[in-house]
Amino acid sequence: MTEFLTAALGFILAMLALGLVPILRGPGDADRMMAAQLIGTGGIAALLLLGAVTGVPAAADVALTVALLATFASIAFVKKGLPHLDADEASSTEDR
Amino acid sequence: MTVATILEMVLGAVVLGLGAWTIAARETFAATVGYVAYGLLVPLIWVRLDAVDVALTEAAIGGGLGGVLLLGAAARLRASEPAAAAETPGKIVRLGAAGASVMVAAALSAAVLLLPDPAPTLAPAAIANASATGLANPVTNVLMAFRAMDTMLEKVVLLLAIVGVWSLASDQAWGGRPGPRHQADPHGVFAFLARLLPPVGIVVGIYMFWTGADHPGGAFQGGSMLAAMWLLVIMAGLTDTPPASGRWLRLVLIAGPGVFLAVGLGGVCFGLAFLAYPPTNAKPLILGIEVAMVLTIAVTLGLLVAGAPERSPQR
Amino acid sequence: MSFALDILTIAAVSAGAFFFLAGTVGLLRFPDTLTRLHALTKADNLGLGLVVLGLLPQAGSVRHGLKLVGIWLLVLLAGATVSQLIARAARQGGPAR
Repeated sequence: MTEFLTAALGFILAMLALGLVPILRGPGDADRMMAAQLIGTGGIAALLLLGAVTGVPAAADVALTVALLATFASIAFVKKGLPHLDADEASSTEDR
Repeated sequence: MTVATILEMVLGAVVLGLGAWTIAARETFAATVGYVAYGLLVPLIWVRLDAVDVALTEAAIGGGLGGVLLLGAAARLRASEPAAAAETPGKIVRLGAAGASVMVAAALSAAVLLLPDPAPTLAPAAIANASATGLANPVTNVLMAFRAMDTMLEKVVLLLAIVGVWSLASDQAWGGRPGPRHQADPHGVFAFLARLLPPVGIVVGIYMFWTGADHPGGAFQGGSMLAAMWLLVIMAGLTDTPPASGRWLRLVLIAGPGVFLAVGLGGVCFGLAFLAYPPTNAKPLILGIEVAMVLTIAVTLGLLVAGAPERSPQR
Repeated sequence: MSFALDILTIAAVSAGAFFFLAGTVGLLRFPDTLTRLHALTKADNLGLGLVVLGLLPQAGSVRHGLKLVGIWLLVLLAGATVSQLIARAARQGGPAR
């Protein structure tokens, strides 16, 4: 079972490496944000698999932290990364 | 060569490549996103190295709060970015910068390569004396008991950092509320998330702190989680940043180092050394210090990301 | 029993890995921002859900299993919200870049 989970971990890591390409390439800021979101979710999956492979149950706590804080970073992206966006269409003094 | 070894090499190569690209990228926003992705991948390496405490801190700071801080900086720089990119420094300046960087890198790698093998370590001593405090997590033992002085001074450094950020305020805004007033549709998706996520995040933050006694976790990780949830509510416009002149705010800011110092001096009064805990009460005392520290860390990190006071306290 | 659970793990984790592949390829190959977003969020969250499902039989205790499910639910909630906000941003920004 460990070999299979290690292989799955390797596959997901390869997907993460591919997912880095849109961060590097763009073209738009929205694509970069989406790629960061993908890295967050894929990173969580990789952490859970790594915890199962190496027998470190506390890896789930790291995944929990990433789940909560990657969201937080993505929201800050949406609010600050795209200057034309005022969150939820309210007229806002945001983004300076 | 086993599958696991290949995996580690690939992981290391990806993270190193991403780090190099983040430095080389010309566009500030792209580099920031790259850095956040880097912060999300590095915890994998720390978990692989069995340093879960560090992984937690890296996930909280590199992937979360640090990314938000850098994004704020990138958003502020956006207007001046074309002008800054247009003026390329001269060849001598660039060569000098490259030379200085290479020298620093060479010195660092020499220091790492010249380490004696096996590296000197106090880990067995820390493990052997774990029973003295009643805590099972060796990292918390080192942070809170064996090297408590460092941790206390670290909290003082956080306090100095917030003084430094606040001193960037203009005269009119002195003592005022940090950052802009955020607004969002109170019935929108974002405000919905900002109502739903913080209760979960607060429970997880307290759990991180509580589990730190025996498992990976601790006051810093818990505090940064709480800070992130606070900032989320602020960004959704559901609450405002507190005025920097508020008495309660300042009391919370000094609570962590204050309690730490008081307990440390208590050790001197009761005939022990500075920061020595009486063996029978070590665990309650450490937990008491940590409770104060979680509050201080949460408020300090939140205010550091929120920035310098910009608006007068009345508005 | 443990054999059946291992089969479940292998099937679910493989399916999850496939959805990660689908999400990544979609993000790379789809023509505009909104379709890329569709590929990312659907496949991505389904991928994590299946990986979590596959790891449940291997999770030594009920508490650990509940934590895994909780992580997935958090990611679902966050992914749905963030993709709403990104989509709105992309629409307000004019034609997809």
